Amino acid sequence: MLPYLARRLLLLIPLLLGITLISFVVIHLAPGEPTDLQTQMNPQASAELQERLRRQYGLDQPLYIQYGQWLGRLAVLDFGESFSGDRRPVLDKILERLPVTILINLLSIAFILAVSVPLGIISAVRRNSLFDRTTTILVFTGFAMPSFWLALLMMDWFGVRLGLLPISGLKSLGYEYLSFSGQVLDRISHLILPVFVSAIGGLAGFSRYMRSNMLEVVRQDYILTARAKGLSERTVIYKHALRNALLPVITILGLSVPGLIGGSVIFETIFAIPGMGKLFFDGVMMRDYPLIMGILVMGAMLTLLGNLLADICYALADPRIRHGQQAGEKR
Amino acid sequence: MSHTFLRLGIAVMLLLLLVACERQYEGALSGSAETTAPEYGDTFIEASIGDASNLLPVLSSDSASSAINSLVYNGLLRYNGQLELEGELAERWEVSEDNRTLTFHLRRNVRWHDGTPFTAGDVKFTYELYINPEIPTAYAESFSQVTRVETPDPYTFIAHYDTPYAPALLSWATAIHPRHLLEGTDVLRSPLSRSPVGTGPYRFAEWVSGEKIVLEANPDYFEGSPYIRRVVYRIIPDVSTQFLELQTGSLDFMGLTPLQFDRQTDTLSFRRNYNKYQYLSFGYTYLGYNLRRPLFADKRVRQALAYAIDKQELIDGVLLGYGEVATGPYKPDTWVYNAGVRRYHYNPEKARQLLSEAGWQDTTGDGIRNKDGQRLTFTIVTNQGNDLRIKTGEIIQHRFREIGVDVRLRVIEWATFLKDFINPGNFDATILGWSGGPEPDQYNIWHSSKTTPGQLNFIGFEHPEVDELLERGRRVFDQGQRKQYYDRFQEILAEEQPYTFLYVSEALPAVSRRFRGVDPAPAGIRYNFQQWFVPKAEQKYTR
Repeated sequence: MLPYLARRLLLLIPLLLGITLISFVVIHLAPGEPTDLQTQMNPQASAELQERLRRQYGLDQPLYIQYGQWLGRLAVLDFGESFSGDRRPVLDKILERLPVTILINLLSIAFILAVSVPLGIISAVRRNSLFDRTTTILVFTGFAMPSFWLALLMMDWFGVRLGLLPISGLKSLGYEYLSFSGQVLDRISHLILPVFVSAIGGLAGFSRYMRSNMLEVVRQDYILTARAKGLSERTVIYKHALRNALLPVITILGLSVPGLIGGSVIFETIFAIPGMGKLFFDGVMMRDYPLIMGILVMGAMLTLLGNLLADICYALADPRIRHGQQAGEKR
Repeated sequence: MSHTFLRLGIAVMLLLLLVACERQYEGALSGSAETTAPEYGDTFIEASIGDASNLLPVLSSDSASSAINSLVYNGLLRYNGQLELEGELAERWEVSEDNRTLTFHLRRNVRWHDGTPFTAGDVKFTYELYINPEIPTAYAESFSQVTRVETPDPYTFIAHYDTPYAPALLSWATAIHPRHLLEGTDVLRSPLSRSPVGTGPYRFAEWVSGEKIVLEANPDYFEGSPYIRRVVYRIIPDVSTQFLELQTGSLDFMGLTPLQFDRQTDTLSFRRNYNKYQYLSFGYTYLGYNLRRPLFADKRVRQALAYAIDKQELIDGVLLGYGEVATGPYKPDTWVYNAGVRRYHYNPEKARQLLSEAGWQDTTGDGIRNKDGQRLTFTIVTNQGNDLRIKTGEIIQHRFREIGVDVRLRVIEWATFLKDFINPGNFDATILGWSGGPEPDQYNIWHSSKTTPGQLNFIGFEHPEVDELLERGRRVFDQGQRKQYYDRFQEILAEEQPYTFLYVSEALPAVSRRFRGVDPAPAGIRYNFQQWFVPKAEQKYTR
């Protein structure tokens, strides 16, 4: 296991370098520069200003030198300064957005799991029943619905008409003056709609996935054996079938690790939540290269680590893979 | 800081000073002329679609930052409700006989928010900041006309110019920066970018990135503390969300779209809670022709296209009627506007006739005119993200087809649009808008020296008489004399049709009814924000 881990980790380095190189080149291919917003179409901005800004940002250097400098800074974990008006360190900008993004994503994944695993099981066990068909229709409707539209509908319904939930933001205006329990309630009420909307699209995929896994497993010989032994249907399904059907879930969870820091521009915009998605989107629109690269590097690292983690967990959970691996290494 | 700026993308510091002239005042409680004395307290909440970038005015050019900065800082001068310049930090000012020296006499009782007295040294420092080559500011141009400044005593500031420069006065409406906090520091990385210190009616209180910016009334303000105790800018990127928040009463102010104004706010509860205002905004939308293209070299073609566009149809269709036909670069209700210029009322017959005269005829019978084997076809480009412009383009496309002109419409992301199309002059025609202010100088947009790539005369308009008029217009201070130059300038533009001027839209703000003292004027409604107040009994936020 250890040499395998070491090899996987070593392989990450060239992979990460490649990702940064390609990203760096691609974002510089897009027309427009970070200086444009300040200087274009502005009668007060002179051509010298454009040049001065480009010099200050190092944009007058050839691309490979810019990349080298950026990489050099990254080596000491310096993500650089944002090219936007405030010139704050990229790391600060990312860190202040990270907690809320992770919180919402964690809640959303928890919600998806809590709902879609039972849905998937029941749908599989009662295959083609009315319940199965109804949930299929419902989750696919949720999947197909544009999230911004759903969000607006729910905001209008729960926020304006019923007045039950706040419409946008993370806290109410007088948050500082609320009691502790009031503050907790306030935060929860602000999170309900965003978490629900961000989760609804994921229900379909996950519950269908769960259902097909379960159907696959139920057809296996060992389930037949379990039934033949006279075990109760309950034990057969929840002990023998479910545990095996859950295995692929690990992969999906591993794959969703990078998703933890990647927000969605659409629902962050609609709910006025200052998250990573909006930060990245604005960064791209303003051609804020250091910020874009900072977020991409973090995303890439987490993707790679998530994959690795999933593989490791898989190996730990599934003896077949564990043993297969070792056999492979011996060969 | 005069001139005009493109509406989307670049936001202008002066946007709050500018704005417009009210025509209609909706929903006021008729008969109940309230004479309550102003009372202190309450909070004013409005939303911004973007977070501020930098609260040092010299380094920011976005509208969110400008909105905050206009309350935190002061300039030497400002526009009043009638769009006349008046003293702010300057008590009074003088223009010398030869129009080349401006002398400002500063107020003596002004203090920075940290208690330090404000002096002429701050003004001089601000000027030096703007012309400092190391400071990347987007507002250096008008200060570069200054040859020398003097501060003979702490309350007098003198600026000398080589040649008279009429827009100069307006440039001194620029926010004055605190010398004692910035001198000798790295201005680009100053902590003041995130927590500004000004002299203005509101003090900076709190900034939660991406969430909100909070300002508090400055009790020591030299004009007296403003009545509204707190101003909160919530960052809500989506306008639909803003509108929902408005409906729940969480916002006190919002600029409505024509659709919202016309169709979605006509409910009893909305009218009970909000007053709606409408007034013409500074700025217009136009169809600009690339005059370097042989197709548009013939004036008759441009005039024909102008006749083929039904401007009122655009206003009705795109703005739901909330706008006026534009006939030139100036707003119809300003002193500089010339109402007597040639107009192009919708007249497809005349358009067809002009095109035929110019040699464009449909000889192939395919419905599209041609000349020398070339079809009369071109592409209109506009930027993504502005639905009004896209809709305008679609209507125009349809109208042009009717006179045998084949037009394609291309919508392009902003940065690409500028870089690959507008700046290199790589387009046939474009739908864009300019926003401006009360200062009529249009040198940067129409002078023939501004036609190189990246400059604002990107359609390549060159006209010796216009050049001369623009040069003269910015050299005299007398309004009557300036009007003569600019009247002629407008006549030429109307005749030549380098742009077909389309429409001026209306600003459509809604303000919570509990705010009193809102007094619509040619400058709009926000110019007297310090005088707004809420009667004690109606105050909503008491803490």
